[in-house]
Amino acid sequence: MANNNDTIGKTITVALLLCIVCSVIVSSAAILLKPSQIANKALDMQRNILSIGGLTAPGESLGKSKVEEMFGQIETKYVDFKTGKFTEAPLPNYDQNKATKDPIYSEKIPASDDIASLKRKPNVATIYKVVGGEHAGRIILPVSGYGLWSTLYGFVALESDLNTIAGLGFYAHAETPGLGGEVDNPRWKQMWVGKTIYDAQGTVVAKVKKGPINPVVEAEKLHQVDGLSGATLTSNGVSNLVKFWMGENGFAPFLKNYKAGEA
Amino acid sequence: MSEIKQVLTEPLFQNNPIGLQILGICSALAVTTSLKVALVMSVAVTIVTACSNLTISLVRSNIPNSIRIIVQMTIIASLVIVVDQVLKAYAYSISKQLSVFVGLIITNCIVMGRAEAYAMKNSPGMSFLDGIGNGLGYSVVLIAVGIIRELFGAGKLLGYEILPLVTEGGWYQANGLLLLPPSAFFIIGLLIWAVRSWKKDQVEAPDFKISSNTTKEAY
Repeated sequence: MANNNDTIGKTITVALLLCIVCSVIVSSAAILLKPSQIANKALDMQRNILSIGGLTAPGESLGKSKVEEMFGQIETKYVDFKTGKFTEAPLPNYDQNKATKDPIYSEKIPASDDIASLKRKPNVATIYKVVGGEHAGRIILPVSGYGLWSTLYGFVALESDLNTIAGLGFYAHAETPGLGGEVDNPRWKQMWVGKTIYDAQGTVVAKVKKGPINPVVEAEKLHQVDGLSGATLTSNGVSNLVKFWMGENGFAPFLKNYKAGEA
Repeated sequence: MSEIKQVLTEPLFQNNPIGLQILGICSALAVTTSLKVALVMSVAVTIVTACSNLTISLVRSNIPNSIRIIVQMTIIASLVIVVDQVLKAYAYSISKQLSVFVGLIITNCIVMGRAEAYAMKNSPGMSFLDGIGNGLGYSVVLIAVGIIRELFGAGKLLGYEILPLVTEGGWYQANGLLLLPPSAFFIIGLLIWAVRSWKKDQVEAPDFKISSNTTKEAY
């Protein structure tokens, strides 16, 4: 029995058959399970938006039906960066992060403006507006920027005055666990709540300080949060991305229009 | 019947894949920070080991000797991809936590070790049971380590608070070391020590003995 198996013909036949059978199994699993995987991803994103937007208690994990119910109070809107006004979704199932890689839907950021090291930015951003419940009026804006090792993707939620932070957090990054990875620490994220982004002149002043903030200094108390110890570059990355996305190249023109009711 | 029982229960303590065969240590360090992840990993490894043993045993008489390792790897890899896809579809948050380690089941020596040592020589039914047995043996160690690490490292079990932490206003000062991979080395080492003190036949003969000092006094 063993002798017949070792001929060249048999070896090639077995190898070929095995490859065909295995590839059929693997690809059919991938195709059959794709719809529920996509649904899971979307659900996970909604959960992130709810939790970063401060609509759920920190650390609370919601079931599917609850997420869908809460998301009923949230409107998905699209903002054109050029005009600073609401627009239609450029594509059905528009994905801002995917669009950033496509030259048709995004543009290069001039190096002098690119403080968050993003290289490109999409023409249209997906934002979320809370329309019902006790937090009605909040808006949740997508932000991203380079930390030490990776691009951090997250959201900034603003109260209805469009200046006070209701929540800030990241759903994807690859910073060092324990150091830069502390951007996920609920206590650190909680520090952002209540800080204001702009000063009286409308300049972005919210940032991560190096070291702990001094609560006696007015500017630090109002706009800054403690630095992450051992993670200066990640902290700077977070400061930069807030500065970029809340500034003139980011959402500032839109926020101005929105406040004036002209968006 | 007794053979079935033996195949199923022997890997639990008598011939534990981690404790005695010292296989699969790497993943045991990585996935035992919390009990929940350890449980899912146990189930995943048990299923993959059982199914790969079954498949390999079914085709064992047709596998050419020269490419047998590749054939085993291909079968195992396909099964692992299927498990990964299923987890992504039905247990998304856990699959996010396990991330790369599901893919690394392919390199878990237990799967390959049982395929080569048992499934290539035994009937499909018994091979399947052997896979389950060894998966359970792996699970026993993973669960034990997971309980110790999560309980004393984070004061919780399956995410429920057992020991209230100082930082949350309780009395228990968490041991941060237990959340880091090296602690699993210590715990697994202590477990192996405990099992070998209980079952003396598992103690390996030392490779060499330190003999007593026999140097005679120099004249």
